Amino acid sequence: MLYAILSLAILGAIFGIVLGFAGKKFAVEVDPRVEAIIGVLPGANCGACGFPGCSGYAEAIVAGNAPLNACAPGSAAGPKIAEIMGASIDPSQERKIAQLLCNGTKANAVARYEYSGINDCHSAATMYSGSKLCTYGCLGLGSCVAVCKFDAIKIGPDNLPVVDPDLCTGCNACVLNCPQHVLQTVEVSKLVHVRCSNKDKGKDAKAACKVACIKCKICEKNCPTGAITVGAVAVIDYAKCTNCGICVEKCPTKAIEKIPPIAGAIPKQPEDPSSQGCAHCGICKQ
Amino acid sequence: MQDIMIIIIGAILVNNIVLSQFLGICPFLGVSKKLSSAIGMGAAVTFVMVLSSLITWLVQRFILEPLSIGYLQTIAFILVIASLVQFVEMVIRKTSPDLYRALGVYLPLITTNCAVLGVAIINIQKSFSLGSMLANSLGNAIGFTLALILFAGIRERLEEADIPKSLAGIPIALITAALMSISFLGFTGLL
Repeated sequence: MLYAILSLAILGAIFGIVLGFAGKKFAVEVDPRVEAIIGVLPGANCGACGFPGCSGYAEAIVAGNAPLNACAPGSAAGPKIAEIMGASIDPSQERKIAQLLCNGTKANAVARYEYSGINDCHSAATMYSGSKLCTYGCLGLGSCVAVCKFDAIKIGPDNLPVVDPDLCTGCNACVLNCPQHVLQTVEVSKLVHVRCSNKDKGKDAKAACKVACIKCKICEKNCPTGAITVGAVAVIDYAKCTNCGICVEKCPTKAIEKIPPIAGAIPKQPEDPSSQGCAHCGICKQ
Repeated sequence: MQDIMIIIIGAILVNNIVLSQFLGICPFLGVSKKLSSAIGMGAAVTFVMVLSSLITWLVQRFILEPLSIGYLQTIAFILVIASLVQFVEMVIRKTSPDLYRALGVYLPLITTNCAVLGVAIINIQKSFSLGSMLANSLGNAIGFTLALILFAGIRERLEEADIPKSLAGIPIALITAALMSISFLGFTGLL
């Protein structure tokens, strides 16, 4: 018994001493900036920056292969990283939040069957793309909620996810996890959103959901800046959108929504449409 | 000399550690995506396997047996192997950062690579002399490296091949490994 304890203890001590010396002799100098950057990053390891976790991003920054402001959750970390690296970043980049491209509430969307399987969108999506007649819509089972590391998404009373604009960091995790692809990250100052992803013909879309995009192209014709185009479904080019809301007024099915400005964002003042000539929207006549 | 050759050939082909004895499957599947990292892993395992077999053999012979505490074999051997892997990791990290990055998590995993512990224990069970023990360890290590390199070569070609979607990736790799294992059975009558 004594021999057993002693011999193993001595073996362990010998190996420990050898490893200790080897650790000194073969020490690799890690750039202290890597450690410092890991310190200021949020540590969520969400992968939104495109690198394997926060440490991978920190190494890429020090190696000069990554932009300093690629961290979506830690938008506050950008300036600190810039300080560590002794560089400056463009402050104009705006934070983004997730927006839902569907308004298929229980009242709006027609149900096709009752889903009683596993409470997960991916599972429901395998059953004929969900229980709604609209096969493009949000399934409302909360796969986005499960994947959100910041508790920014909740399933609301309408059975649709509601994004908390203060908590959402725009990390894109929910967007990537959504089997229906009905989430999108958009700059916070953008207020006009198409709440429909249905790519069916107008008649079929309307039959599936009261607030579907019916591809009438009225929004496209009336947009003063050409920001909205109707292909398979109406899509807003947020680089051109000025939040004027003409498309919201004109949309016959109310598939486009203008949300109230979000506190903390720096919304661009909607430009006066008259300054760009008449868009023939007809609002002035009403 | 003939005995030594028989032990080496037997360890490489007939009783291949991966394909016939099914030890060390984890790095076999994990580090076989690229030929270059497979060669690196093979070299690292060869080094660790031979050195750890030598040290564990000495530990068994001069510490465990005289003190008749052979029941501590497993824990003592794991202590030796874990320390050695740490040492190898430090050396590789210092001398070849690229290889260090290519091996990634699989380098520390040699610690728990059952092939290394398996060879150490087989050496004791077969009561080899020092020379035969070294030959057996080297043979097994070469056998491991050979299996890894062959498998990596096949997997690199599989990347280009037109594989049914449901079989792509790990499933086809497992089927390939099984077929390789079957083909190595052909060496059974060699010795």
